[in-house]
Amino acid sequence: MTETSLVKSDSDTIILRPSHGWSALNLGDLWHYRELIFFLTWRDLKVRYKQTVLGVAWAVIRPVVTMVIYALIFGGLANLDSEGVPYPIFTYVALLPWQLFSKAMNDAGRSMVSNRNMVTKIYFPRLVIPISTILSGLMDFMVAFVILIGMMMYYHIPATSSLLYLPLFLLLTLITALGVGLWFSAMNVYYRDVGYVLPFLTEVWKYITPVAYSAQYITGKWKIVYALNPMAGVVQGFRWALLGIELDSSALTTMLISALVAVIVLISGLFYFRRMERSFADMV
Amino acid sequence: MSDLAIRVTDLGKQYRIGAAPQRYRTLRESLKNALTAPIQRIRRGLAPTGETRPDTIWALRDVSFDVEQGQVLGVIGRNGAGKSTLLKILSRVTEPTEGEVEIHGRVGSLLEVGTGFHPELTGRENIYLNGAILGMKRTEIERKFDEIVDFSGVEKFIDTPVKRYSSGMYLRLAFAVAAHLEPQILVVDEVLAVGDAEFQRKCLGKMNAVAQEGRTVLFVSHNMSAILSLTEEAIVLDKGQIVHRAPSAEAVDHYLASGFSESGKRIWSEDEIPPSASPFRPVSISVMSGDGKDVDVFRSTEEIILEVKYKLAEPVQGLRVGLYLMSMRGEYVFTSFDTDEPERYNKFSVRPAGGYISRCTIPKDFFNDGRYAVGINASSYRVKRYFQDERVLNFTVDGIGAPGKQWSERRMGLVRPRLVWQIESIG
Repeated sequence: MTETSLVKSDSDTIILRPSHGWSALNLGDLWHYRELIFFLTWRDLKVRYKQTVLGVAWAVIRPVVTMVIYALIFGGLANLDSEGVPYPIFTYVALLPWQLFSKAMNDAGRSMVSNRNMVTKIYFPRLVIPISTILSGLMDFMVAFVILIGMMMYYHIPATSSLLYLPLFLLLTLITALGVGLWFSAMNVYYRDVGYVLPFLTEVWKYITPVAYSAQYITGKWKIVYALNPMAGVVQGFRWALLGIELDSSALTTMLISALVAVIVLISGLFYFRRMERSFADMV
Repeated sequence: MSDLAIRVTDLGKQYRIGAAPQRYRTLRESLKNALTAPIQRIRRGLAPTGETRPDTIWALRDVSFDVEQGQVLGVIGRNGAGKSTLLKILSRVTEPTEGEVEIHGRVGSLLEVGTGFHPELTGRENIYLNGAILGMKRTEIERKFDEIVDFSGVEKFIDTPVKRYSSGMYLRLAFAVAAHLEPQILVVDEVLAVGDAEFQRKCLGKMNAVAQEGRTVLFVSHNMSAILSLTEEAIVLDKGQIVHRAPSAEAVDHYLASGFSESGKRIWSEDEIPPSASPFRPVSISVMSGDGKDVDVFRSTEEIILEVKYKLAEPVQGLRVGLYLMSMRGEYVFTSFDTDEPERYNKFSVRPAGGYISRCTIPKDFFNDGRYAVGINASSYRVKRYFQDERVLNFTVDGIGAPGKQWSERRMGLVRPRLVWQIESIG
């Protein structure tokens, strides 16, 4: 059951035949179309803030307003512990990867359906679409990150050498978003329920991720269960790398579990997507 | 093998027709199916896979053909004959259900020009984006950029968002990008059906140039004169199968002669009507002589009566049922609708549900000798086109007794009216 739809027998010859079961990932084909990934990402960026008054400022407004609300409710009223750093920056550091993730997951989940007219008319590796959607989310992250640098200076939080690990946690965010995004984008072609599930799931997921609160509240055996959510690992990693918030002794284990889960979700997502891909054009 | 461009072997594509009216499943349905499927499978017994089930249709079946490198092959067939499905498989948009296709060389398709164009982006930006979508490298696009802009003729607006373009400009730019793709194998579907005459000529010229360069072209069209002028050979598809393959002129004749009833009457069966036609349901169309007999040969000196029978499942507002008359080479003679007269349009502004006949009479002394095709269109202007088939019937006009018949020469033109002539001697 590993027959592929596309056999490259020599450089210019292709054979098309029905495929069954699981398909190979065919990442070579994806590499061949790498420029298309770039162009679609660029298109998303170019179009995103067209005909808006505030333009790219929206990338900052979303996390900053959320931070202010959280600071008032959770930091002020509920007086949640923020592990020794001012609550606003404590939650802002978490909001950056969280909003990157939630937007990427939602956009990728809808990407196949929203790019229907391309999918039904032209061949290209379908993986290009969710991947470029995820990448275009990075732009907002970068812009919002500038605000974070300003806040760190304001609160006199020095950058440490652990900052070097930040790209790793960023990568973990993207891997998770892409993995989940692939599952949902393929499912959405067949089941439009996904459109209703996504906002709801985002909401729930946010509460099981320590965005507004400290991960220290989770103790004992629950830590392992909690680590199954890769975003929990990401948020703790961001706080450690940027704010120097200390990790406890089991941190390495939980991080590894998070990373493992993320990779499993990505790989299974890739295979599921490839399997469903062959009838996208007929179903979408 | 080296001079073979495409080899298609026993190709088949099956579609679920259940997917047409309701285009996607809900999770609940799917869960229900997952539970009931094993039971149904047992009930059906051990039916081999690929067996035609009632909820599926074969858009293509047992299709085999070869295309040689540098050949320009035409593909003709009626609506729903499987032409688009074939092209979609060849351009890898969709997978075959059975069979195999072997392709030697890069395939470029003009299935629908302008795919991926974004209205907010400028012409320049869209050239890059669309080029990348079609599989061009950036360096390749850069190299051809000026040529593309030149071909499209929209230089002045190249930095304007395409949403401000007229539809003609938009189309020209889109075609220009696609036309510069330079694939070894070009697959073209009916792009020439759009755009003005000038633009169509340009497109045909470009396609001709592609063919001259020795690249392989697969060309699908309803335009028989385009097929005749561009292709050497053509295949005729009918109901998902190849019914004929011959030099273009012969294939065109075969296509035009087949599928039309000799009696001058065409009756539609239920499965020929796409669901999208509802509430309009065509029943039959006939060409009749003045005495009401369905025939297909007329003298130019007699009247021809065209009659469309149809049913409406619900009241339809602004319906117009009309006919196209075309020559065998695809040139239009006229288009006419039953509610062209304002009084009749007002009288039938809403047609209640029920059965109808729309009948028209073509006066005598109208057509030149030759064979003509009748097409039908039922639509509400700017609301919906319920049903359209550009060739449902054809008939022959024999010019015996027509004006000028004392000379046996062939008269140019599609019509041969009996005009009022005066000859005055002015000294």
